[in-house]
Amino acid sequence: MGRKAYYPTKSAQIPDPMRLPELDAVLADINRIILGKERPIRLSLACLLARGHLLIEDLPGVGKTTLAHVLARVLGLDFQRIQFTSDMLPADILGVSIFDRGSGAFHFHPGPIFTQVVLADEINRATPKAQSALLEAMEERQVTAEGKTRPLPEPFFVIATQNPTHQIGTFPLPESQLDRFLLKIELGYPDPVAERELLAGADRQRMVAELTARVSPQRLIELQQAAREVHASPALIDYVQALAAHTRMAPRWQAGLSPRACLALLAVARAWAMLDGRKHVLPEDVQAVLPGVIAHRLRPVDDVARNDPEAVAAALIEAVALP
Amino acid sequence: MARANRPVSRRQAWWLLAGALAAFLPLTQQIPPWLAFAAGAAFAWRAALTWRQWHLPPKWLLVLLVIAGTVAVFLQYRSIIGRTPGIALLVVFLALKLLELRAARDAIVTALLCYFLVLGQFLFTQTIPTALLSCVTVLITTATMLAASDDRPEPLLQLRRAALMLAQAMPFMLLLFVLFPRVQGPLWGLPQDRHTATSGISETMSPGSIAQLSQSDAIAFRVEFKGELPPQSRLYWRGPVMPAFDGRTWSIRQTLGAYPEIPYPVSGPSIDYDLTLEPNGKFWLFALEMPGNLPPDSALTSDYQPISRQIVRNRMRYTQRAYPETNAGINDTRAALNEALALPSGGNPRTRALGAEWRNRHGDDGTAILATAQEFFSRQLLIYTLNPPLLGPDLVDEFLFDTKRGFCEHFAAAFVYALRSAGVPARVVAGYQGGEVNPVDGYLVVRQYDAHAWTEAWIAGRGWVRVDPTAISAPSRINTNLAAAVPAGEDLPFLARTDLTWIRELRYRLDAVTNGWNQWVLGYNPQKQRDLLAGLGLGEPDWRSMTAALAVLCGVVLLGLTAWVLRNRRRVDPAFAAWRRFAARLASRNVVWRDWEGPLAFADRAARSIPAHADTIREIADLYARLRYAPAPCADDLERLRRRIAGFHP
Repeated sequence: MGRKAYYPTKSAQIPDPMRLPELDAVLADINRIILGKERPIRLSLACLLARGHLLIEDLPGVGKTTLAHVLARVLGLDFQRIQFTSDMLPADILGVSIFDRGSGAFHFHPGPIFTQVVLADEINRATPKAQSALLEAMEERQVTAEGKTRPLPEPFFVIATQNPTHQIGTFPLPESQLDRFLLKIELGYPDPVAERELLAGADRQRMVAELTARVSPQRLIELQQAAREVHASPALIDYVQALAAHTRMAPRWQAGLSPRACLALLAVARAWAMLDGRKHVLPEDVQAVLPGVIAHRLRPVDDVARNDPEAVAAALIEAVALP
Repeated sequence: MARANRPVSRRQAWWLLAGALAAFLPLTQQIPPWLAFAAGAAFAWRAALTWRQWHLPPKWLLVLLVIAGTVAVFLQYRSIIGRTPGIALLVVFLALKLLELRAARDAIVTALLCYFLVLGQFLFTQTIPTALLSCVTVLITTATMLAASDDRPEPLLQLRRAALMLAQAMPFMLLLFVLFPRVQGPLWGLPQDRHTATSGISETMSPGSIAQLSQSDAIAFRVEFKGELPPQSRLYWRGPVMPAFDGRTWSIRQTLGAYPEIPYPVSGPSIDYDLTLEPNGKFWLFALEMPGNLPPDSALTSDYQPISRQIVRNRMRYTQRAYPETNAGINDTRAALNEALALPSGGNPRTRALGAEWRNRHGDDGTAILATAQEFFSRQLLIYTLNPPLLGPDLVDEFLFDTKRGFCEHFAAAFVYALRSAGVPARVVAGYQGGEVNPVDGYLVVRQYDAHAWTEAWIAGRGWVRVDPTAISAPSRINTNLAAAVPAGEDLPFLARTDLTWIRELRYRLDAVTNGWNQWVLGYNPQKQRDLLAGLGLGEPDWRSMTAALAVLCGVVLLGLTAWVLRNRRRVDPAFAAWRRFAARLASRNVVWRDWEGPLAFADRAARSIPAHADTIREIADLYARLRYAPAPCADDLERLRRRIAGFHP
């Protein structure tokens, strides 16, 4: 017949499972401090490895700041926190040039964004002008001020938090800007066991201060590169396409997933697979990260479903067969 | 399958609604009004659902509605099978199916229902507009069906694809139309086009009954002459013969003998023609006087009128030969002649006296009496008009001596009455006279306003001789047409008028198209098929060998196409096929793989359910995951996976 065999006949080359003990150690360190939140923590690390930025929407006091802080510490990165307020100006984020009388010239004083890990707290309290200054910097990974372009440090990771949008005094981010965040997660209240442990345990701030870096920034950049190279087979890409096609066809969503959203889904799924020690993506990876990817991108027509991204993602997953 | 579960988009829903409406609207006349309204309401509901994006009605409500609809249809017809109840039921299903458009599967079912409804239309009417409309419906429906099974739902694109596919199907359609074995009469014998309801000549004739027909331009039949068109004055299309008279109304005999073949010797020149008869709801077949052969499946009454063995419900075409100079009934029995002499007792004293006077003058000489009668009629200066005055009880007397104005039935009745008074057997013959040639296709079209009544007199040694008393007073009726004969200003049906030429021209063309459709599409009967096949050099196969040949041909073509499609289809990953076998084995242990579940997640679940096989399950899932999702999968792994699964018996 001369039909091509489906698979090549050459002998099996079983790829070594990826051994990344340092990432396991990073996760272990964070989980030791933030209790009972394995999944959101893993997702935030995957987000960082995929070179994306993270949006956390939750109530104050559930550990958003601690998470950002801990991540920076164990990864050996600088950390800055920007508290967004309604009277904030772009210069408060990006930096400002000040005339130095001694040298008789303007000197640029870099803003808090020139840091490897930035915690942008309560981003939806600021005006759209300040918001977009941050979001543009996130996207371009550089800052242009007074005609000079200054690159941001590498790795560069923004964790933005926002209050639930129904709270007063908020400027909700438009959908196009939400799209700049790779993932949106919620931390939520800890379960009673974890909470008890937290209450009875040592002081968290001291624990954070005692943390040591598990990887160097250079190694982190290598890991980000490795995450990008995790294999996504044709069958898996078919699956991502099928998911997107379903959201575009089905009447339950106002608009389907964009190609950029599909890229995001694939990127996070790759990092997630790498955290699992695999060099290829499985549908399980896609399904695991799907809620975080679609939470801020897919708006259900149905108002009730809007606030539960897990349920929305589950419905989507169950509607699409694996190709 | 995933595709069948894909949701129906809004646009698709609109298109489905359009297709369903196109399929449903032509049927509104056939189904009961309550159903038309109910279905209309369901369509409106569907439109609202799509427009406002409301939730679909709950399943229990739909089930309830289906039951209610079926029961209502049953109550209406006392049956749910048969043509009209069946169509009504299909309408119910279609209307309700539109309310549960969830997935592509529902869209396909809706489209199939639309196809059935299109088919249903042809059970009621088979005219050109119906055919054109159903083409549009089929196009829309096919497009929606394509959209349901395709990833690109743009309607215009699908419409173009559907048009292309239908165009590709056209040669097959023509081939099947030409070659599919024809059975005598339509398979269902059902189409009842609306013209069955139009009035035609009836079994009785009283003053005014034929004049009424003169207002109708419905077509009675069309004729295609093989040779030259005979002169108008020869075109007497014989219909029912009416010998019985009760003083006002002439009627056909209640009991008739029938000859299975032509009982009289024919002589003289002949005229050959094909006649396409429109349905008339009677047994009557019209033929040019005097018929020299009988159409298939027919007989000749003892009054020499050809009749069909079945009521003429469908358009039929037959070939005829006429001998205009032949007279029948030379040897007619006394009994038949007695009936042609009977007069009701009393009435019309002046005509009776006139007849008696002729009898005294000429004795038994029928020819002489006939000549005298004709001369008398011409002397009376009778006027041919569509609006004769009302007549009292002695209508023959009043017409002949007082009002002197009448239509052909008055002339025929008076003439027969006078002859019978003189002892000459005579009777009224109803039928059509003349016709009009359509210059576009050369067919002679005979319409209801060509209805006419004339007489026959029996003369010893000659038999029945046709005498048309109308021709004596108004020869232009016979030689030209109705419009030429009636006084100016009288109401004529539109098509009988001789002015307004351009509209007539248009009508001629339309009529020629309709006639072509009737002759070649609807009239494609076993006879025509045999002729065509013989003309193609295929001999005259019987329907069995034709069916067999067609089945083999279709089978071969379908097999070829299937093989081609199978070769070119997207191949199923063999690893996936093996995985499905594996899943089926586990399903027998009540661990069911859901088609969206990742292999490792499923393996976890299965291993927990069947701990004894946990290792094997994980190994198989691992192999499968690597084959499908890892880089550089290879055939060895596939082989290993297959072996593992073959040896796996949970």
